[in-house]
Amino acid sequence: MSLSRRQAMWAWAFLAVPVLFYGLIRFYPTAQAFWLSLTDWDLMSEAEFIGLANYQEMFADPVFWKVFVNTFLYLIIGTPISLVLSFIIAYYLDKTRLLHGFLRALYFVPYITTAAAMAWVWRWFYQPAPTGVINDILGSLGFAQVQFLKSTTWALPSILVTAVWAGLGFQIIIFVAGLRAIPTTYYEAARIDGLGEGAILRRITLPLLKPTMVFLVVFSSIGFLRIFDQVYNMTSNDPGGPLNSTKPLVLLIYQTAFSSYEMGYAAAQTVVLFTILLIVSLLQLWVMRDRA
Amino acid sequence: MSEGGHWMHRVDPGAVLRWTLLFLGGLIMIAPLLYMFSSSLKPGSDIYDLRLIPQTVTLDNYRAVLSDGRFMRWFLNSTFIAVCVTLSTVFFDSLVGYTLAKFRFRGRQLVFIAILSTLMIPTEMLVIPWYLLSAQFGWIDSYWGIMFPGMMTGFGTFLMKQFFETVPDDFLEAARIDGLNEFQIWWRVAMPLVTPALSALAIFAFLGNWTAFFWPLIVTTSQELYTLPIGLSSFAVEQAIRWEMIMTGAALATIPTLIVFLLLQRYIVRGVMLAGLKG
Repeated sequence: MSLSRRQAMWAWAFLAVPVLFYGLIRFYPTAQAFWLSLTDWDLMSEAEFIGLANYQEMFADPVFWKVFVNTFLYLIIGTPISLVLSFIIAYYLDKTRLLHGFLRALYFVPYITTAAAMAWVWRWFYQPAPTGVINDILGSLGFAQVQFLKSTTWALPSILVTAVWAGLGFQIIIFVAGLRAIPTTYYEAARIDGLGEGAILRRITLPLLKPTMVFLVVFSSIGFLRIFDQVYNMTSNDPGGPLNSTKPLVLLIYQTAFSSYEMGYAAAQTVVLFTILLIVSLLQLWVMRDRA
Repeated sequence: MSEGGHWMHRVDPGAVLRWTLLFLGGLIMIAPLLYMFSSSLKPGSDIYDLRLIPQTVTLDNYRAVLSDGRFMRWFLNSTFIAVCVTLSTVFFDSLVGYTLAKFRFRGRQLVFIAILSTLMIPTEMLVIPWYLLSAQFGWIDSYWGIMFPGMMTGFGTFLMKQFFETVPDDFLEAARIDGLNEFQIWWRVAMPLVTPALSALAIFAFLGNWTAFFWPLIVTTSQELYTLPIGLSSFAVEQAIRWEMIMTGAALATIPTLIVFLLLQRYIVRGVMLAGLKG
């Protein structure tokens, strides 16, 4: 047998199980989700083809639009805040030698904790006084109590704080890696040219960090678009409440499919999520196009 | 002059201020964990005492939570599932990554693009079909049902392919001349050369599956099959406002990841950096 035939034989032997897996567990279900989104199906009777009726119903549903807006609120508030915070921390952390690893660990630990557990800790923090730490501090400073998780104004930002907090450590580590990757000769040359720290930051550090920033913007956007664990656990007595004010798309999908058993309708909602995530990923490719 | 001794010779007030601010920020970051552990050690009657250092330290909450047995069960479920899925992910992702990096065959590019394209498919879109599949095959409420979607990942395959490409072909050729078959070459020659990437992938897979919430929530129905995050979530609802019990449960779900972090901190941080740069 020729070498290339032997190679091909081994390659397909190695790939047999994985190809089967990706076909059955990734590609077939994707096609099925698209198909189901065109059907009316409650798991009990046969799925009935209804064309685009699910999409018509969804786009006419005020709850869907409320959820859609919520999902983008998580994204457009959360991403810039976490990006700016993590950059500032990473910038100074990178310059720090004294107990660098220890400081880094303090920021990084929240990232590896279980979101479900931490959601309950934050939920406790947000309780009214005398139980909740935050209201207790507000009270001792003479401020009024805030019903963080029961207020339609405050509930979403309160959950967002938890999500930003949980993801910050990851972003810091990525920024530090990006800063380390900038050759020190660039900085030396800039200092010889008499540039100050601010000018170096603007003209060298930030432009060279562009790939890192694009990656983090996309990574963090996808994270916020898929937010679920925190919302589910922090509002579990009324998931996504009060009055749907915290409900993100993934929670709506979960409820439509597994509380109401409207499988076709839920599939249509997942197609919307898929489309949004695809657009975000394509934007990333477009922004990075000149680096290929 | 050594880097380490630098700060002792010349104390720059700006640097001291920056360090102090960074340290205070770090304390704020871990404050939720400190409060969680502190209130888990307080007797229930002290839960309104919000001081960080408990006046009375007791392990009663831990005794109460652990004595009802469910937490042990959830802990074992999570460990078993995370270990199995991690082993499978590391095995298959590196096998596929190696094949795509080192074999020349027709269809290679197509397979690579197909696997890469799965990164664009969100889990949320797949859970409804997975649920139907699980219902048809009787996988609902079983370990296999929780595990099957994560047995291989596009991300891990991509990561491993990048690393196997750095392994020189000469090494593999030498092994071929020594009479090893292709499987032995992969397992005994190539795999040991990429251990940093393997450990990074293993840690990611383990932590990801240990903390996974969405799919286990959907596919489990009985308490015996809950993973730790799902169990904790139901336990917390059931405990209503007994915050000292909820914090103890949260602490029990957090301690293993903290131990993993303390033992493997260097690898985890390096792994995140690798994933970020490669991603």
